Amino acid sequence: MPRKPKAKPENQGGSTFGGYILDGGVRAVPHNLRLDIKRNAVVYILLILILAYFAVFNYAPMAGLLMAFERYAPARGLFGSKWIGFDNFINFFSGPYVGRLLRNTICIGVLDFVINFPAPILFALILNEITQKAFKKTVQTISYMPYFISAVVACGLVMDFTEAGGPISVLVANITGGESVNLINQKSNFWLIYVLQNMWQGLGYGSIIYLSALSGVDQELYEAAYVDGAGKWKQLLHVTIPGITPMVIMMLIMRMGAVFSVPADKILLLYGPANYEFSDVINSYVYRMGITEADYGLSTAVGLFNSIIGTILLLTTNKITKVLSGTSMF
Amino acid sequence: MERRLNYKMTKARAVFLVFAVLFLLAVSFVCFVPIWHVVMSSISNPTELNVSKGLVLYPLKNVDPNAYSMILQYKSLWSGYANTLLFIVLSCITTGVFTVIAGYVFSRRRFFYRNTFMLIISFTMLFNGGMIPTYMVISKLGMLDTVSAMVIPGSLSVFNIILMRTSMQDISDALEEAARLDGANDFVIMFRIILPLCKSTFAVIMLFTVVMKWNDYMSALLYLPTRTDLYPLQMALRSILFQSTKEITSASDVSTTTMYSRSIEYAAIVVSTLPILCAYPFVQKYFVTGMTVGAVKS
Repeated sequence: MPRKPKAKPENQGGSTFGGYILDGGVRAVPHNLRLDIKRNAVVYILLILILAYFAVFNYAPMAGLLMAFERYAPARGLFGSKWIGFDNFINFFSGPYVGRLLRNTICIGVLDFVINFPAPILFALILNEITQKAFKKTVQTISYMPYFISAVVACGLVMDFTEAGGPISVLVANITGGESVNLINQKSNFWLIYVLQNMWQGLGYGSIIYLSALSGVDQELYEAAYVDGAGKWKQLLHVTIPGITPMVIMMLIMRMGAVFSVPADKILLLYGPANYEFSDVINSYVYRMGITEADYGLSTAVGLFNSIIGTILLLTTNKITKVLSGTSMF
Repeated sequence: MERRLNYKMTKARAVFLVFAVLFLLAVSFVCFVPIWHVVMSSISNPTELNVSKGLVLYPLKNVDPNAYSMILQYKSLWSGYANTLLFIVLSCITTGVFTVIAGYVFSRRRFFYRNTFMLIISFTMLFNGGMIPTYMVISKLGMLDTVSAMVIPGSLSVFNIILMRTSMQDISDALEEAARLDGANDFVIMFRIILPLCKSTFAVIMLFTVVMKWNDYMSALLYLPTRTDLYPLQMALRSILFQSTKEITSASDVSTTTMYSRSIEYAAIVVSTLPILCAYPFVQKYFVTGMTVGAVKS
């Protein structure tokens, strides 16, 4: 979030008179709301429009979180339903699915983070070493391509490639020397398939940001390092990596907030009765409970639990990186 | 910045470069080959395709375009196409207008509380109500099963506002003052003076909107419970790829449809994905700008 230094009235030796700072210029005049509204009426009217949008589509749902503590009945409304405190949470945590939901969410989230956070950075670092422009540009364009394939098509391809006789299944069978089988239903394979699918779609696109950070590293630093006798490897360690660290940390903070919220869209496409044990995550459960089963109270509670964890993770990472490196998002 | 240092090519560096090139070629191969496989499979002989194993790198046996003529009969794919285009156009209009207004409001230096209100809306990036409460709001507003549910929620995002505001902040106040002296009102200043100077940021926001709407299927799943005639392209694709293809050709003989079912799946992917794959290399640089500005300034 942008943080501009606040415009402070520069009170350089000016004395005050009746609340006004003499010799302070226009900035030093105390803020007068009535005058401000009169002068900027249009801005304030437009502001109301924007705020109304956020109130309806972002803040009203937050009020809807009250459903998590109610036995919500649509007929009785948000404020008429029976208040049951933490019963929805207790029901969820003592229910039969909590174990597998938490395990799958954590495993997929962590695996995705461990593999797909560093992958674009490595890709960008390697690509950056290539000086032949046409080759670099071609590789970039091709590697962005999977990003523009929709989740539906990408997941359809995953199903197609991993079923018995599909290219990936055949490849795996050739390597292990077994039969070509349907991979996605083989236990925790689902996790790896999901993460690799994300990698396929996100590797090139995710590297854009690091490539631009790399091109922003001061070239004179490389020259200075070269003069001092640093080889390519030393330059990487002492110039390139410190140069992109702020960007890496920004991305780290953003990703940490999302580790625990594995989005439902791809899971809903990929999972099936044969692999629920390893594919059902919190968000897909929220979708099923809320939309299919219409148990609004329980699914809101589970969603709330999930987003609280996400927010805590984001804030904690932000705090830690702030202390360790001085870089933070806010 | 085309000064290049003259490095001595050591043995280690040569080995590294060879591996780097090989690695990049492998990545490009993996990114490209599935798409090639789809295109080639869609024009393969269906009987051969059904028994083939592994990648299809060239049309099997003979080129057979019948799957494409069969996909033409799949009405819901084409109505999905039309719906998606409609949603894209409407979303671009609402997103464009709302985001420009919001960017204008939050970039005015004469607007004393701009940072306070920006903070209030930025909070929604950190924490939100989640899937079900949002669904309940949309349903309470009576937007379920209407086009508006596919267009309005999500048309104003904090990320886009930050992009717009950042680029509008860089425009000199003098320009606004000059226009005001000439009698321009806020809307003229916003759309005729400032917007043309932020064209590239605006283009980025439009592109993000188009790609998002093109790929979106979750909002149809959530907000269009009964109106399947309003389903976007991705929902039609979902039923082709993840359910059966039997309903495609209604009267014509079932055995042909079964034989062609795989080819039809691939043809559907080609028809729905190729437009965007052909278009993105030309707008690639805008994405690069958008990603960069967004991450640096947010």
